[in-house]
Amino acid sequence: MSHSVEHPILDPTLAAPFPKAALPVLRDPQLRKNVAHAIDVIQTKRGKLVAEKTDWQELRSAAADIRTHVLENLGAYLEQFEERCTAAGGHVHCASDADEARQIILDILREENASEVIKIKTMTSGEIQLNPFLQASGVGVFETDLAEIILQLGNEEPSHIVVPALHINRSQVREIFAKSMGRPELSDDPQALTEAARIYLRRKFLDIPSAISGANYLVAETGGVVIVESEGNGRMCLTLPKTLITLAGIEKVVPRFEDLEVMLQVLARSATGERMNPYTSLWSGVTPGDGPQNFHVVLLDNARSSILGKPRERQTLRCIRCAACINACPVYRQTGGHAYGSVYPGPIGAILTPQLMQMRHAQSLPYASSLCGACYEVCPVKINIPEILIDLRAQVIDQQRHNIGRFFDPLYLGLRIAGFLFSRAFLFHAAQRLGRVGAGLFTHKDGWIHSMPSVGGKWTQTRDLRGFPNQTFREWWQNRPARSSTQIAKEPK
Amino acid sequence: MHASLFITCYNDTLFPETGRAVVSLLERLGVELEFHPQQTCCGQMHANTGFRAEAYSQAKRLVRLYSDTENVVIPSSSCVAMMRDQYPGLFEELGSESLRRDLAALLPRIYELSEFLVDKLGVDDVGAYFPHRVTYHASCHGLRGLHLGERPLRLLTRVRGLDFAPLPNIDRCCGFGGTFSVKNAEVSSAMLSVKLQDVLATKAEYCTALDNSCLMHLGGAMHRQYAGMKTIHMAQILASTESTPMESFQ
Repeated sequence: MSHSVEHPILDPTLAAPFPKAALPVLRDPQLRKNVAHAIDVIQTKRGKLVAEKTDWQELRSAAADIRTHVLENLGAYLEQFEERCTAAGGHVHCASDADEARQIILDILREENASEVIKIKTMTSGEIQLNPFLQASGVGVFETDLAEIILQLGNEEPSHIVVPALHINRSQVREIFAKSMGRPELSDDPQALTEAARIYLRRKFLDIPSAISGANYLVAETGGVVIVESEGNGRMCLTLPKTLITLAGIEKVVPRFEDLEVMLQVLARSATGERMNPYTSLWSGVTPGDGPQNFHVVLLDNARSSILGKPRERQTLRCIRCAACINACPVYRQTGGHAYGSVYPGPIGAILTPQLMQMRHAQSLPYASSLCGACYEVCPVKINIPEILIDLRAQVIDQQRHNIGRFFDPLYLGLRIAGFLFSRAFLFHAAQRLGRVGAGLFTHKDGWIHSMPSVGGKWTQTRDLRGFPNQTFREWWQNRPARSSTQIAKEPK
Repeated sequence: MHASLFITCYNDTLFPETGRAVVSLLERLGVELEFHPQQTCCGQMHANTGFRAEAYSQAKRLVRLYSDTENVVIPSSSCVAMMRDQYPGLFEELGSESLRRDLAALLPRIYELSEFLVDKLGVDDVGAYFPHRVTYHASCHGLRGLHLGERPLRLLTRVRGLDFAPLPNIDRCCGFGGTFSVKNAEVSSAMLSVKLQDVLATKAEYCTALDNSCLMHLGGAMHRQYAGMKTIHMAQILASTESTPMESFQ
């Protein structure tokens, strides 16, 4: 990236590897409590609303089918979207990467002589580091989603894709508002806090005539854009300004208007545990005399077409950014979002970021999972995240096989050697005996290993390991005298 | 009934008592067991860490080894999940047509222990006696990989003398995850700590599971923390009777 970034921690090119980035959170009881509490609330709501839907699995299949079909015919649907959106008075731009997208957006704003812009509901702008770029180019950027306002005023980073300020609790919000709005008397009563935000926001909505939004879906059939939100601030952003720029990944398209019936149902239930989200805005192009008169859509590729070319990884692009996988993830529950070093945290981030960065960066992310499968189970579009994680790990190891540094990685060496040992039973048996002798050196009087060197030390940081038994199972099996089943029942030894 | 025991590499090396218990249990139920001496590892550790070539060669080896076997019993749900979930993809990518045919023929004959007991032998009361308070950890691979469902509980709750203590948040991972436990040791430990709170709150004497890998993780922390609870593979509970108590497999 050519320019300097203001918030380096969510830039995968600069972020620390996951295990290291997770440490500050693991040592912060308040932060962990905030994350676990928020996650448990959402999970409980989601669980109830999914359970009441008796055809949930059919709905999931339908959603997965719609998204799969789109990805198999993406070019055609994008062309259709462009044609219909243009016919309705919109302007469609295509950006092959982050640089291009940022420049297109800046050019549109310059043409409008905009010195300020308001924003709503766009993770994709975080992906392309849009805010620091616009600010460095002299355009003031103001977030209008309540959670995003908290983050912007507190100089914080998003830690979740649906609830970006999930790691911040109410009294911390009060601190941020009191300080940034110069209102030390502000209480932490939710009503007082939302009122403070409303007063702050109304001026922005009335004064700033340019806006940037994301998109939940693009509808090819109508050339329309869909945004769902909970507060209504998005609708202000989408209707009051003169100029509206929508930034969307190319994968966001759905074929028909009626596909929204399925997509909006799975999104609301998966994302916020609601039957329907409070505000759903749909519009196509420009309506004379009503709403923004200058409407642009920037379609962002940014490595998406290369993901599209890989049959297994392609399913990543089915994602509808509902965060169900994040909420279900036992790793995220402990680490929160910042450790993932990208605006896309959790399991989806662990597979998306390395692919968007084409594996040059973020090599630790595919390993940031215990492969417990909870993400796959809840995904409303059936993305097999564990399968992709394993696939990405294989790509990391394939890169490592050509890297001289591999000889200094004990885990890499150990697994290469183990691979050789498992190839012949006699080698494995020899290794078992050797392992027994080796482990014996570290085994305490109580029969347990309390500390080990190298990689083993990572285990014994927090757990003991029972010492190796004197006899392997196969040695026992070979030595046991031949006998009938009934005798064995009496004498198991 | 004939069955071949795939003991798995880590049970063979670290938990032979689980293997001895499986032998005792299945022979008591009239199963004639074989043990293929050439067996090593299913390849899960390599596959899950990204060593696809190594995983493939172990998978190929295993499928060839058991291609003529009537049934294969495996006392580890994660190894069975490896075969069902990952072998087809590995063979699709790297294997030959004949290997894919052999795998397709073998997979329906592979059973995780509780599947073998409930589905193949049709028993849920195995005649066991285990007079202890026990909680059950449903490992992720058993729960979401193999969809074992009620099988483990049907087996456990019919053990005479057993006082069953349900585990809260049973679907939550213990944080082991194979090499995850050392590659992300701190995060893994944080997950373990949360899991352990739930496990210890059951006030059970034993925490059981169908995977010694999770139990090695939980048991290692219990021992480190003098937590006053032990782990035990479910095979050892099911093998226990009045005349052959659990201690006889140790």
